[in-house]
Amino acid sequence: MTAPAFTDTPREAARAFRAALDAMARPGRIVEIAGPSGTGLSPAAAALVLTLADRGTGIWLAPALDTPGLRGWITFHTGAGFTAPEGATFALGPWEEIEPILPRLPAGQPDYPDRSATPIIECQSLSKTGARLTGPGIRDSARLSLPDSPAFAANAAAFPCGLDFFFTCGAHLAALPRTTHVEVC
Amino acid sequence: MTDQAYNFAYLDEDTKRMIRRAILKGVAIPGYQVPFASREMPMPYGWGTGGVQVTAACLTPEDTLKVIDQGADDTTNAVSIRRFFQRTADVAVTEHTRDATLIQTRHRIPEEPLTEDQIMVFQVPIPEPLRFLEPRETETRKMHELSDYGLMHVKLYEDIAKNGHIATAYDYPVMVEEHYVMSPSPIPRFDNPKLDRSPALMLFGAGREQRIYALPPYTKVRSLDFEDHPFEASKADHACDLCGAEDSYLDEVIVDDAGGRMFVCSDTDHCAGRRAAGHVGRLGAGTEDVK
Repeated sequence: MTAPAFTDTPREAARAFRAALDAMARPGRIVEIAGPSGTGLSPAAAALVLTLADRGTGIWLAPALDTPGLRGWITFHTGAGFTAPEGATFALGPWEEIEPILPRLPAGQPDYPDRSATPIIECQSLSKTGARLTGPGIRDSARLSLPDSPAFAANAAAFPCGLDFFFTCGAHLAALPRTTHVEVC
Repeated sequence: MTDQAYNFAYLDEDTKRMIRRAILKGVAIPGYQVPFASREMPMPYGWGTGGVQVTAACLTPEDTLKVIDQGADDTTNAVSIRRFFQRTADVAVTEHTRDATLIQTRHRIPEEPLTEDQIMVFQVPIPEPLRFLEPRETETRKMHELSDYGLMHVKLYEDIAKNGHIATAYDYPVMVEEHYVMSPSPIPRFDNPKLDRSPALMLFGAGREQRIYALPPYTKVRSLDFEDHPFEASKADHACDLCGAEDSYLDEVIVDDAGGRMFVCSDTDHCAGRRAAGHVGRLGAGTEDVK
């Protein structure tokens, strides 16, 4: 049987979006977001999919998540199609599987930088430690437990093109837009 | 009471998803105008259809909404939009800036400093700051891509050459994070400094022109100027005639047929709050005019 989605979609999706907006507007801030469990995704990632994906958005599922159950759940509740990384609006998976395909995700064009993908990274943990973040949305600096990777610096250097990341862990969510400058400490 | 015939906050969920994706990309690329599939709303273009769609996509049942039109809570546009969301989303509403979690505005930023817990939604008629200098979208898009804003500087320079100063009084163009030039919507240039490193998230919606853009909190926003003609936030050189405020933005009101006039705060909540606290201006004696 297909796992459940929101029970009161308009209100629950509104709350989920505000959490996502809060996270994207304040990189490094870890927010709570309520979503269904038992889907194969964390409740946070499930809430993002239900709130943002629809028939017009392609999803790339990392092999670790690619099960008939999750595919069925996404198709039934959102209608979103599954695609190769090159056509993805959202890419879902753990960092180890997302990192290699990052160059294949659409990063937008210089005149349409908004036409870029949003990777949703499922994390084992999420805390305000590690990499130092500065940029729009951050008053002085923030810290976020990002994977140690040169990918974030390369992403920021491509501005105005680039990817905007969500990091999910359980019912928690953080974000890293392309404008954030990441210093690994 | 909600009108149950409508979805929460009026728009259907597919439309909200599309607008929400546009808002997130707008936040991720400060100052860049994200195209979106603007819907027809039950009000005419020019009445804030862009702002209403952004507000509808952002509202949660727990929000407290404030709507202002040129600073006033009690004008037709503000009252009708506030009632629209009371009816369709059953949200709490307020006229007090500090009580609001989401403020939709037409052409002003409240005098009271905003906080991290607030979102401003601006109604934008013409989102493209270069539109009256270059009508072709293909060209303005290329200019934004290349951060090529020579044309805008020529326009401001011509202002100085003709008038001796930059004559743009509202919708004064700003540079966002040293990449995109952005229209701050037709707010008076008095309000421009409030955009810079604001703790509140600022969202801009243009319904007819189908664009959404954003300023995340603490984004660097610089009003365009020249070294020898620095930007100046200007206002009428008076104090408010009702509350006596000398630092608020003022409306000039003609009061008789003989050229009589008064100056009053454009921000009605700010003015009423000051009068309630006992401040009295030149014409504000007595308390009968205090709400």
